[in-house]
Amino acid sequence: MSETQIREAIQEAIRDNEVVVFMKGTPQQPMCGFSARTVATLQEMQTPFAAVDVLPDPRIRQELSGLSGWPTIPQLFVKGELVGGCDIIVEMYESGELAQTLGVDAPQDAPDQAPEAAPSAAPMLQPENRL
Amino acid sequence: MPTPQELKQRIEAAIPGASAEVESADNVHFSARVVSPEFAAKSRVQQHRMVYDVFDGQLGGDIHALQLRTEVP
Repeated sequence: MSETQIREAIQEAIRDNEVVVFMKGTPQQPMCGFSARTVATLQEMQTPFAAVDVLPDPRIRQELSGLSGWPTIPQLFVKGELVGGCDIIVEMYESGELAQTLGVDAPQDAPDQAPEAAPSAAPMLQPENRL
Repeated sequence: MPTPQELKQRIEAAIPGASAEVESADNVHFSARVVSPEFAAKSRVQQHRMVYDVFDGQLGGDIHALQLRTEVP
């Protein structure tokens, strides 16, 4: 796959999914604490979202950051717009803005504080996960 | 290896009126709270970008992670 094809695939993922998160690993097995916390926070909102793993090819991250102007992973896009990374999502969750941005009502039983990273079998923040 | 003091100085030098508190347990993962009047009327994405721009090319490298909270005074 060329850089151009990767870039087009990223643009397509952002365009075709109302809510999409680019992350290290998968929602089932996040490979970084920040990606894990972002996914756990989105799951509290009980809204469906697409996830793209950036780890299989370092060029995914390069092209994504080139497109978004955002240097770090994870990155959440809603309706084609960059909403932010982990810190912003946690802050927006706690202020209620995340529900608003996602166009959902926060579930009644959702905790006030954003969840910490869900426990995962995968080792987190390993030095080799710097892609 | 970057230190919290170095990050603080660079943020405060680059963003007008900024005051920063930076912490790190290992000088690789950092946590910063930045207050600046420059953040007024900017989205969170724009605010965080202003701080990320200070460390262009270093994030994900020798600054492995920068946890960030931005505020308007």
